[in-house]
Amino acid sequence: MKKLALIIVILSGALLLYATKDFPPWGDPTSPASVHVSPRYLEKSLEETHVPNVVTSILADYRGYDTMFETTVIFCAGVACFMLLRKFEVEQRDLYYRHIPTGITIHIKGGKEIPSTSGEFEKIDTIWTPYDFIINTVSRFLVPFIQLFALYVIAHGHHSPGGGFQGGVILGASIIVLAIGFNLRTAVKRFGEKIDGIMSALGVFIYSGVGALCVLLGGQFLNYGVIAKVLPVGKAMARSHGILGVEIGVGISVMAVMVCIYNNVASEGKYDEGL
Amino acid sequence: MEFFLTHLVAKYNFWLYIILMMIGLYAMIAKNNLIKKLVGMNIFQTAIILFYVSIGSKKGATIPIIEHSGKTVGHALDPAHYVNPLPHVLMLTAIVVSVSTFGVALALAVKIYQRYKTLEEDEILTRIRES
Amino acid sequence: MIWQLDLAILTLVIVCAIAAISVKDLLGTAILFGAYSFMMCLLWSIMAAVDVAFTEASVGAGVSTVFFVAAVFRTTRRTKD
Repeated sequence: MKKLALIIVILSGALLLYATKDFPPWGDPTSPASVHVSPRYLEKSLEETHVPNVVTSILADYRGYDTMFETTVIFCAGVACFMLLRKFEVEQRDLYYRHIPTGITIHIKGGKEIPSTSGEFEKIDTIWTPYDFIINTVSRFLVPFIQLFALYVIAHGHHSPGGGFQGGVILGASIIVLAIGFNLRTAVKRFGEKIDGIMSALGVFIYSGVGALCVLLGGQFLNYGVIAKVLPVGKAMARSHGILGVEIGVGISVMAVMVCIYNNVASEGKYDEGL
Repeated sequence: MEFFLTHLVAKYNFWLYIILMMIGLYAMIAKNNLIKKLVGMNIFQTAIILFYVSIGSKKGATIPIIEHSGKTVGHALDPAHYVNPLPHVLMLTAIVVSVSTFGVALALAVKIYQRYKTLEEDEILTRIRES
Repeated sequence: MIWQLDLAILTLVIVCAIAAISVKDLLGTAILFGAYSFMMCLLWSIMAAVDVAFTEASVGAGVSTVFFVAAVFRTTRRTKD
């Protein structure tokens, strides 16, 4: 198998290397990729959409249809992970508890458990890591700052590198840091499973909702210029606001899906123990 | 020979990207472990994204964020001054698809391990034939 | 576009990629994969593709490595090849 792989790799590699003979030199401003459509985007982006970051304006306005299906792909990945791994009926297992005032750990066999209303016992994982004060405090302290930075990245995507997708991933990472620093149950208590599912669908809904709003107002699907009929701004500024609304949708969906994939993979679908 | 040398020196970037792609392709085909195959797939994907983004670069050009004062540009815009932004947009979508595929593939690997208790491809084939 | 820097980081990228698929420990593969992602992000920053670099830094060197380590934790750490 390895010899066959080596032959295939060398053959296709040689073919591709032979094809580089016809490439334009690297960094050429007159190469065919930079001559046809992109000068028009570079010249017209600021006056038509009032967005200086050309990548954001192309992503969310000129090629907004592709980005809508990209959001749908992310949502489908979250749904696929959920459907592959989630197990609702859990078989009886041994549980471990820790008595908080004295620090004694208890191992209960056979699947009986202490009810969670008694405040003296806390459930710990099977592979128990010791309670570490520094990690707990620092991760709990960092979460609001990470979320603030992520909201800044989403909102400032018009003027600086960033945008909806990057801010959404950082927002998801702020919940994952809680799951790693404490344990998975803490993170699930803060950001539950039901709200997670609703938010991942809500993001796609906001995106196509903005497009449908444009159709309702008389324009084409995802043509944000007609929003100027509702908001008291000019046509170019309406496109800028349409881009912002769409980026918010992408950010919400991406955050929910990142948390969903992490929860399902790290706990094998049972949502009781984590990484 | 000289023709070959000029092409190698002038386009060494493209040759290195193709070597990276072939490393990824070799890992996808030849390795037995499922997780190593996944890593190979991801190396392949990022190498292709690297190749596309390098198409859009220009010598001496700056990032594709237009410098402006207020809401309009004061002077005429020169597109050769900025890097071509169109491959960046397409590759953003490609990175998103890549991470989604990676997440679903990891979920599949965890599920396969739950069922067959191994991640090596030949052992899985043996256990499928036995059961 | 300093070609020395470009060549050095490209060599590092190729070394990381070859190492990531040859190591016998899957946790080592996860960490090397994160390093490979970060080197890619540096390459794209040099080529003035800042949006792509931002996305790769947050996705590849951030969340993707965490998913990988979580999956290795739930399966096995040893591999035969």
